Amino acid sequence: MNSFSPKKDSLFKLKNVNKIVTSPEGMLTILSDISFEISRGETIAIVGASGAGKSTLLGLMAGLDKPSGGEIILNNNNLVALNEDQRAEIRANNIGFVFQSFHLIPSLNAIENVMFPLELSGKENARHRASEILQGMGMKDRVTHYPHQLSGGEKQRVAIARAFAGEPSVLFADEPTGNLDAKTGKNIIETMFALNKTSSTTLILVTHDKKLAEMCDREILLEAGKLVSDKAIQK
Amino acid sequence: MNTIRFASKAFFRQVRSGEVIVMISAIAMAVASLTAVGFLTDRISLSIEKQANELLAADLRIRSPEPIPSGWVDEASSMGLDTAISQSFPTVIYSSENSGLARIKAVSSKYPLRGQVRIANDQLSDEYPVKKIPNENEIWLDESLLYRLNIEVGDSISIGNSEFTASAVLKYRPDQSIGFASLSPTILMNIESLPATGLITQGSRVNYSLLIAGEDDVVESYSQLMEDIIPNSARISDPSDSSERTNQAINRAKQFLSLTIIISVFLSGIAIAMSARRFMKKRMDMVALMKSFGAQKRFVLNTIVIQLGMIGVVGVFFGSLFGFLVEGIISNLLTDLFVSDLPKPGFKTLMIGMLAALILLPGFAFSSLLQLSNTSPMRVLRKNVNPSPPSEIIVGTIALISLSVLLYYFVRDITLLSIIVSGMSVISVLLFYLGQFMAKTLGQLRGGAGASWRYGLANVSRRGKDSAIQIVAFGLALTALLLLTFIRTDLLTEWKKALGEGTPNYFLINIQPSQKEGIKEILESSDSVAPDFVPLIRARMTEINGESVQERVYPEERGSWLANREANLSFAKKMNPNNKIIDGTWWEENYDGSPLVSIEESAADDMGVKIGDDLTFLIAGEKITAKISSIREVDWNSFSPNFFLVFSERALESFPASFISSMYIEEGDTGVLRELQINYPTVSVVDLDPILEQVRQIIEKISIAIQIVFLFTLIAGVTVLFSAVHSTIDERRFESALLRAVGMKKKNVLISLLSEFSAIGLAAGVLAATGSSILAWQIASRLFEITYIFNLSLWVLGISSGIGLVCGFGYLASRKAIESPPINVLRNN
Ligand SMILES: Nc1ncnc2c1ncn2[C@@H]1O[C@H](COP(=O)(O)OP(=O)(O)O)[C@@H](O)[C@H]1O
Ligand SMILES: [Mg+2]
Repeated sequence: MNSFSPKKDSLFKLKNVNKIVTSPEGMLTILSDISFEISRGETIAIVGASGAGKSTLLGLMAGLDKPSGGEIILNNNNLVALNEDQRAEIRANNIGFVFQSFHLIPSLNAIENVMFPLELSGKENARHRASEILQGMGMKDRVTHYPHQLSGGEKQRVAIARAFAGEPSVLFADEPTGNLDAKTGKNIIETMFALNKTSSTTLILVTHDKKLAEMCDREILLEAGKLVSDKAIQK
Repeated sequence: MNTIRFASKAFFRQVRSGEVIVMISAIAMAVASLTAVGFLTDRISLSIEKQANELLAADLRIRSPEPIPSGWVDEASSMGLDTAISQSFPTVIYSSENSGLARIKAVSSKYPLRGQVRIANDQLSDEYPVKKIPNENEIWLDESLLYRLNIEVGDSISIGNSEFTASAVLKYRPDQSIGFASLSPTILMNIESLPATGLITQGSRVNYSLLIAGEDDVVESYSQLMEDIIPNSARISDPSDSSERTNQAINRAKQFLSLTIIISVFLSGIAIAMSARRFMKKRMDMVALMKSFGAQKRFVLNTIVIQLGMIGVVGVFFGSLFGFLVEGIISNLLTDLFVSDLPKPGFKTLMIGMLAALILLPGFAFSSLLQLSNTSPMRVLRKNVNPSPPSEIIVGTIALISLSVLLYYFVRDITLLSIIVSGMSVISVLLFYLGQFMAKTLGQLRGGAGASWRYGLANVSRRGKDSAIQIVAFGLALTALLLLTFIRTDLLTEWKKALGEGTPNYFLINIQPSQKEGIKEILESSDSVAPDFVPLIRARMTEINGESVQERVYPEERGSWLANREANLSFAKKMNPNNKIIDGTWWEENYDGSPLVSIEESAADDMGVKIGDDLTFLIAGEKITAKISSIREVDWNSFSPNFFLVFSERALESFPASFISSMYIEEGDTGVLRELQINYPTVSVVDLDPILEQVRQIIEKISIAIQIVFLFTLIAGVTVLFSAVHSTIDERRFESALLRAVGMKKKNVLISLLSEFSAIGLAAGVLAATGSSILAWQIASRLFEITYIFNLSLWVLGISSGIGLVCGFGYLASRKAIESPPINVLRNN
């Protein structure tokens, strides 16, 4: 699956992406002139200080928001030219998320949380699939627990199960260990990378955890909304 | 299909979550209070109407100058209705030594169909109700006739060709109205004995009545049937035209009940709006999440709408259940008070609940839900991405329209509706701007947040528009409750006043000019207030603007009846102070010109006459024509002699007039009465006490009913207020936990919380108290036509209850958060 044929396997192409917002203090440039490409199956770390624009960039790549200028091409679709619903459809079929603050739905238990995106896109066998993946992650006896009954690490496991359950081609993770202690964080990361291996997902990871970044193939560094370096990581 | 499946799954899984339960409760409460108040209102109106039926002694009466054709009776009987007939006419009766004028009322065996006749065995013994009519050779007679004829119970009197034994004193009959025609002393007689008297001959002036009673709808269809059959000279009356006095009270009561319905709907709307806001705020994360997983906007919106529908269904279900329960309890408690054989609540009640939910939900929740569906998926990455709220104008307009539609369905009273809806709109705009103003100015306290109360006040500003919206919600709920309180107080006071001590309880009739002085003396000598003597002249109207009254076409049937009957005319220099000119002018006190006449409003309307029209009367063989110079509104509650037609003095002065007078005699002060009756046997003394008692009873019932409905609405309103406060608590709960986590003392957290609530409560309270005073004044004077007295203490009470309730509920709602260790709150967030 790592047979490179760059042209064919180009997944993301960002060209001169800008994001400018108007705030009460005036125009604010959050991202300026970002360009890079990502191939299918890569694992990318986007790093940078807090406020550098990492989450904003992630949001734009996932089509959650529109850039003020530039092009974002995902699987030959120019996200900039699509409307909200068309972008949503692309997400439904291609994209999974893991968030810093887990974003589990408090009124649903673990398995229902994992089933949620599956049901949303009308997939069959949601419960079976969810239960399988939770079991695979060693969460068997937690399936009927509600988020408030779970520890931070367990919550994030559920969130990861939820992200992988839909078999996305791209997984976005925004500081997935930001709310966890070092040990749990490491554990979570290992789980994530293991799952990534088996499902050959493209992983785009926002983090300022050096160790985490080093597990990726490539590191993109943002500073004050600008791309300052984009390099392969030597292992 | 997928949407519905997903939405219902989501609904059933999330039914447990707080915001869904709150929203269901808000709807349930709205439905419950609407159904219960609606049902109570229905029941009370019906029961009041039944009581009013007593005034007719039936549910329906047909009066005619011709004998009632037996076909009319047969028709009624075949429909399963109860019938009774009566004939009444004036005649002279004789005892062995005296004679007197009396009105004979001959009735058939089932009379009265509604209410009861009460008699006494002699002047001094107690009265008791009877379920029969006099035997064939007996009569029951008014007390005053005993004096007039100088006889005792048991003596015999002759009426026409027959001899009768006066077997009892007639104390009360349900249909003794206060019309002057029926104020001559009455003799109740068995209709079987009438033919033998030989008094009914061609040309005798007899009133024939057919009384009908039975199931409402059957009576109604009989009435419709008869309307096409009866000749012009006959007239159908139902209780609504039986007595203007009780009518006014009943109408006011109905208006008040309408007001409570409006206010319940209003409160429900606020509750739904506030809980929808809470629903929205708690669901934004969820919507952002759905969108990040690829849900399209339509799907999200549909999911929300379907869930809302389910919430609505569950809410309506529980609300109706609760409403039924409350109805059951209330009507059990009230069986004594109200007639018990009223229709049970049924499908209709449920329909009302559903209709209300169907209109209120979208009207008050939709803008929040639209906003919710606009949540940007970016929120999953950055917490402070909030969907932009729809404009207040749009929100307000949608709410206003749905409210008006619903209210119009319930309450067809346009004046009441427009006063309230426009008043409330103005008040909510003012509340909103006051809130925004406070948010601006209190922000300046932020700098010196050393003291906890300052921190609390600065919070008002920090929440900005949210604070303004809270002030609007609290303020409107308070306004509604205060308005209801104010009107209720006014109404009860007014009724107490109208029927209080000193209301005339006797009429003197048929006073000759020469007797005026003597009567005055007797009354003055016994400390009774010297009465006014009002002239009364009997006449017949012959022409209106030169057109014969018999041929004229009238806008209302009642107009024809009024024009064709024997009229009681009066004349005066000054207008009765209980009347009010609504068109034209009253003549100068020393007016000496051509004849003028002032006519009562409803009579003018029904006869289709206006200022400047000529009315011609035949009085004692002479024709006189007078021009209408004013139209009057008459306060029939005043119990003073009132007339449809009052002439300028010069116009009628020369005609033979008798006088009537009303006076108040304390209960038990029978000395004056006896003296009057012995010295002036030809003057009829009519005891109004039984009628007054009847009116009093009706009004008392209405008052109690109003209190109950008021109380219920009050409880509902306070609950709304509580849930409105509660719906704002999530954020504060988290904050106070945070404050405590960083070391603020429990007491100081509480102070800061309470100062924030006090500021909001004060703002809401001041505007609500002021706004509701103005609204109450408008409603009191325009609708209830009572003088509104601004009550400073109520105003102050309004403000303090505003602060008290908001603070109290704020404390209750956040107590748990303040009491429990902050970590619990922070963990759960
Ligand atoms: N819609 C917006 N309005 C104003 N400021 C914004 C908006 N979106 C992002 N920002 C600002 O842009 C900067 C970058 O934000 P973000 O992408 O969340 O940074 P990171 O994830 O790298 O910490 C921050 O300073 C943030 O406050
Ligand atoms: Mg970030």
